[in-house]
Amino acid sequence: MYDKTKAPVEPERPILFYNETVIDHFTKPRNVGEMSEEEADGFSLTGDPECGDQMKLWIKVESDKIVDIKFKSFGCPGAIATSSMMTVLAKGKTIEKAIQLSDDDVIEAFGGIPEYKKHCSLLGTNALHAAIRDYQQKQKSSKKK
Amino acid sequence: MIYLDHNATTPVHPQVVNKMIPYLKQNFGNPSSFYRIGREAKAVLENSRRKVALCIGADADEIVFTSGGTESDNLAIRGVVRALKNRGNHMISSSIEHHAVLQTCFALEKDDVRITYLPVDSEGMVNPDDVLKSITPQTVLISVMYANNETGVIQPIKKIGTIARERNIVFHTDAVQAVGKIPVNVSEINVDLMSISGHKIYGPKGTGALYIRKGTPMIPVLTGGHHEHDLRAGTENIAGVVGFAEALTLATESLEHESRRLESLRDRLEEGVKQRIEAVQINGRNALRVPNTTSISFMSIEAESILLHLDLKGICASSGSACTTGSSDSSHVLLSMGIAQQVTQGTLRFSLGKENSAEDIDITIEALVEITEKLREISSL
Repeated sequence: MYDKTKAPVEPERPILFYNETVIDHFTKPRNVGEMSEEEADGFSLTGDPECGDQMKLWIKVESDKIVDIKFKSFGCPGAIATSSMMTVLAKGKTIEKAIQLSDDDVIEAFGGIPEYKKHCSLLGTNALHAAIRDYQQKQKSSKKK
Repeated sequence: MIYLDHNATTPVHPQVVNKMIPYLKQNFGNPSSFYRIGREAKAVLENSRRKVALCIGADADEIVFTSGGTESDNLAIRGVVRALKNRGNHMISSSIEHHAVLQTCFALEKDDVRITYLPVDSEGMVNPDDVLKSITPQTVLISVMYANNETGVIQPIKKIGTIARERNIVFHTDAVQAVGKIPVNVSEINVDLMSISGHKIYGPKGTGALYIRKGTPMIPVLTGGHHEHDLRAGTENIAGVVGFAEALTLATESLEHESRRLESLRDRLEEGVKQRIEAVQINGRNALRVPNTTSISFMSIEAESILLHLDLKGICASSGSACTTGSSDSSHVLLSMGIAQQVTQGTLRFSLGKENSAEDIDITIEALVEITEKLREISSL
């Protein structure tokens, strides 16, 4: 039987593609910038070969903690916003904690992002993991010296 | 709001709405019915057909009303290929067609139709010599769009039509982005089939027509009752047809003045962007274009990011690409022109229309200056 109470109601306000938190990080991305080679303890250049997005990430590590992080991005709003959120989540974390950050954590911090934009959040966390690996490599090679 | 996406769709002209309303309210009859309101509907249907025919230089019985550009393209291509399947199984189209044509071609390829997709030059133009070289004894249909939806580049339709007619090959053109923007007359361009859409010319969505030159072999796609000369079954969308005919008439009557106005606005936008913003490229600029369309590439930033910033400022434009589910859906049109993938990713289309003013253009230029600066600061390229 037709259930009138289940009928879809008309949307009350314009439906935005991204939620306000995503828009906020997109329009005011946190931790945008670069670090010189001397400043940075880890660096990564990560691309999404499928969609063509690209990002650069720099981390500064002191007593095993990410004390500073900077990024630049050639990407869509999803990529810019999730990269920004990733830097916020990573900053101040120990390397051990930071490496556990996943794209799901970024998505959760936003309270969700559109389904087909979820892949964008991988770029940021992949970049973070790559920069941490770069840092760890440098640590190893300097210890050898 | 500043709406600069008229190649996507247009607001319905108030005069069109007024013409339609009686056919949604009191004059609701079915044109196939015997009694008076049915015959009234039939009369207005045929009158609308004459109005549409007059605008494009056709005879009334050469107009078949459809649900829009996509259906017209499907009917033209599938209808002819099926009707001529005993004569040949080869068709020629281009690499820059709208998806309504391209996807129809892809579907036909699965049914063993061989299709040649013509390349375009760096300005986005098909070369008629390539058409000539691609013709085989098996070729039954050529389908090349009149004006491209992304760049506005006008194709050499008359030349291609002449080549087709001399060889008795059926020629279809998707004129959805040309009609109402430039003068289009079927008697001057040697086309056998031409697709038109209502909602691109300030008419209602879900309306359009296919011009079918007398004697063109054609098998219907939609079968049912004896509507539209037995070529398109289904009770006619009378209010829609009335609105479509009125919209086309209004567009045709105002075309000369409006196309000049839009061209000067489009030039104002292009000049402003070029003067104020570094590293931009206007695609197809050296070709003949419809007056309302421009395709602009902004180096080292992504179109979707520009679009969202524009949207937040109340400006509507579109991109030829979108990054969806992990794949870059780059514009096949821009890629065909030899534009690098990364550049296509930063390309926007602005398509102007009736409500736009010089002030709208100036506001848009200011917005683009600010947005590109902001995004380039973030860019890793």
